[in-house]
Amino acid sequence: MNENTFVIDGTPIPFEPGQSILQAALKADVFIPHLCFFPGLKPNGSCKLCTVVVNGRPGSACTLLARPGIEVENNTPELNDRRRLMLQMLFVEGNHFCPGCEKSGNCQLQALAYELEMMTPHFNHFFPSRKVDASHPEAFLDMNRCIMCGLCVQASRDVDKKNIFAISGRGMASHIVINTPSGRLKESNFSSSDKAANVCPVGAILPKRRGFATPIGQRRYDSLPISTQTEFLTTRKA
Amino acid sequence: MSLVNSSVEGVLEPILERYLRNPHHLMQILRETQERLGFIPKWAVDYISEALALARTQIQSVIEFYAFFYDSPCGKYRILFSDNVTDRMQGNTALLARMLSRLGLSQGQVSGDGLVSIDTTSCTGMCDQGPALLVNNHAIPRLSSQRVDAICTLIKNQTPLEQWPSAFFSVEDNIRRKDVLLSAELTNGQALQRAIELGPQGMLAEMKTSNFRGRGGAGFTTGVKWEACRNAPGETRYVVCNADEGEPGTFKDRVLLNSYAELLFEGMSIAGFVIGASKGLLYLRAEYRYMLEKLQATLEARRKAQLLGKNILGQKGFDFDIEIHMGAGAYVCGEETALIESLEGKPGRPRIRPPFPATHGYLGQPTVVNNVETLAKATLIAQNGGAWYKGLGTKLSTGTKLLSISGDCDAPGIYEYPFGVRISKILEDCGARNAMAVQVGGAAGTCLARHEFGRKIAFEDVSTSGALMVFGNNRDMFEVARNFTHFFKHESCGFCTPCRVGTTLLCNLLDKIADGKATSYEMNELSRLHQLLKTSSHCGLGQTAWRPVYDTMQKFRPSYDRRLQQKDFEPAFAMDAALAPAREIMERDDADAHLGNEL
Ligand SMILES: Cc1cc2nc3c(=O)[nH]c(=O)nc-3n(C[C@H](O)[C@H](O)[C@H](O)COP(=O)(O)O)c2cc1C
Ligand code: SF4
Ligand code: SF4
Ligand code: FES
Repeated sequence: MNENTFVIDGTPIPFEPGQSILQAALKADVFIPHLCFFPGLKPNGSCKLCTVVVNGRPGSACTLLARPGIEVENNTPELNDRRRLMLQMLFVEGNHFCPGCEKSGNCQLQALAYELEMMTPHFNHFFPSRKVDASHPEAFLDMNRCIMCGLCVQASRDVDKKNIFAISGRGMASHIVINTPSGRLKESNFSSSDKAANVCPVGAILPKRRGFATPIGQRRYDSLPISTQTEFLTTRKA
Repeated sequence: MSLVNSSVEGVLEPILERYLRNPHHLMQILRETQERLGFIPKWAVDYISEALALARTQIQSVIEFYAFFYDSPCGKYRILFSDNVTDRMQGNTALLARMLSRLGLSQGQVSGDGLVSIDTTSCTGMCDQGPALLVNNHAIPRLSSQRVDAICTLIKNQTPLEQWPSAFFSVEDNIRRKDVLLSAELTNGQALQRAIELGPQGMLAEMKTSNFRGRGGAGFTTGVKWEACRNAPGETRYVVCNADEGEPGTFKDRVLLNSYAELLFEGMSIAGFVIGASKGLLYLRAEYRYMLEKLQATLEARRKAQLLGKNILGQKGFDFDIEIHMGAGAYVCGEETALIESLEGKPGRPRIRPPFPATHGYLGQPTVVNNVETLAKATLIAQNGGAWYKGLGTKLSTGTKLLSISGDCDAPGIYEYPFGVRISKILEDCGARNAMAVQVGGAAGTCLARHEFGRKIAFEDVSTSGALMVFGNNRDMFEVARNFTHFFKHESCGFCTPCRVGTTLLCNLLDKIADGKATSYEMNELSRLHQLLKTSSHCGLGQTAWRPVYDTMQKFRPSYDRRLQQKDFEPAFAMDAALAPAREIMERDDADAHLGNEL
């Protein structure tokens, strides 16, 4: 076997040193479910959807570096069961009404739920009371849909250099806060062309006036399952 | 506004000056601000944000992360009842109710005159002398009805805290069994002098010979950790002492800090000498705030004695000093990377590991994080040698272990045993005659039933960071597990999905069982969640949060079964109760407005 190769579910995967298991897998057209990873940003390692088993031990594919010869289990009934369970957790912890959501069809959470055949949310909904902020001329924030992935925080801080978003609170009370005196987005220098405006995996940060430009039914994940779009997932800018 | 101006001048500026406007001291700046103002007002956040050049959101997220920071007034007297299962067994529920009724308050509410608020908090480490509470972060143990009544009077009379009877605040060591550590009689500086004579490599060799493993829980070999840190590239290095001691039922570090602080500080200095650090940081949990001044005085005395500072003990170039950082109420900060985040003035969310602190720790520099007991024992090893230490305990677990014993026994307190001691021997020594179960290692530890009392305390058998809670025959192990699980939910940092949501789901299921509304369905759900938490959580908190439920389900199944309904499923909510708002709107409460029992 080539020196820079490892194995996922029996398939040899080439990698470049420094790549994570997730990056190498996607490059090799092997899909690993993930939510809090975005190409070009540092992995957050918080959603845990990408949990795989590496040489017998569980770990996050987005933060573990690929190493020669490691054996990774990924697409197994057991791991997918756990992923489905985590998706259900994310659905019940927030308020996700897909039929009425502008992000429907472009939403990674929804796409993964289809991919992993999540038929119901299974648990009782928590129905939390979360904020909506429509104050900014270019974007809506609907925290009912936030899954606490942290991508906007990082994009705004490290790419846009604006440091507009932060995660505050603890445990189930964790929530996004905005770095302005009133806590409202409109007082910030946020713009819909910011990286932070384009990384949200769900419909929590939505550019205004673009909502239904592409009709539901013709969107990214409407026609093709997310698992077949590995190239997009490694190269996307938004 | 003038009030604000004078508070800025009088309160904030001196604090900011003292901490050199260093953003890494944010936690300390906020704590002192709150000690002066009672809470952290918005104008103070704005001012501190400006002064430290920190985003307002960073300050807000720190305030909102830690249980003991408040962004709104929480009463001149802020009472928090410790709510570990041991406090419950000692009757804290009734005492809490008594205080609430005496003061005419409900839990979590601030009195109308802004005088007092009363709530519960996670274990405060007074399990051997509970029930306990904190008033403005100062511990009052051994609560009784009389003591609660006296406290109510003091509050009503607005007696300043300094004038409360000092007996209220006296915390006992309750040392019941001494072995090599607790009976050590060292002259200050003696062990450090030995280490200097041995040289860093020589001292490291002694540590490795001793085969000594860390006492904070994970049991990592201390010599190996020190060596990794010493060899890691970096501009500077740090020694961090983990005195967060948040694991319910654990209080041995409290006793070491109270009565053996010299051994600890000497151990930190030895660690600093070995790895080449010039700064040590002691991370002290907020619940131990009452020891701060005393510990600072000890440090000052060591400076005077040339045991800290520049050219320690005349050794050219050996500079080392120790700073104390207070936590602010977050169990997860005991996890070493969360602790480092907290030291840096951030919310305590665990980092991604690797890299480990030994290579990338405090401010990105190589850092050794060790438990209080670990560092105190390093002092003994420096004094008496690794070979001597290796002769104590068992082959895989050398030396002794401090146990914090509480619960149903005659003599709760601190017991030091050589590793390898059997549970049955411990129970005999502490006078636990009717033990049905022991919880070893705290909420995250192992629950042992009677048939397992022959097992031994050792890394290779029953591993523990030091808690041992005893449960007598009449105890309800389901309620024990429910208490611990609520603790984990309260303390989950919220970073990762399985723990953030999973601990809440576990609690919901247990509460449903407690309500008598559950069936075997909920039992299966508990098992499913356990698998997920264990394998997919980001840090040790989530990875162990399922343990109390799992252990008690295996070993004390009847305590669950007798609460279950003998059907396949029962909804979590009562249909009829759910219709109450509708009845209210309709202004009806007749029989036809209710659903019958058949539903
Ligand atoms: C949730 C959690 C809480 C912890 N709390 C503590 C603690 O209060 N004190 C402690 O020494 N170690 C605690 N630890 C273990 C530390 O992460 C770390 O392993 C330890 O401080 C290392 O010290 P040692 O090598 O001396 O054992 C905790 C770990 C986790 C996951
Ligand atoms: S708003 Fe979107 S990008 Fe930001 S944390 Fe929430 S889900 Fe992630
Ligand atoms: S396991 Fe819990 S405490 Fe640990 S990182 Fe995840 S949410 Fe935070
Ligand atoms: S993608 Fe790996 S943890 Fe979220």
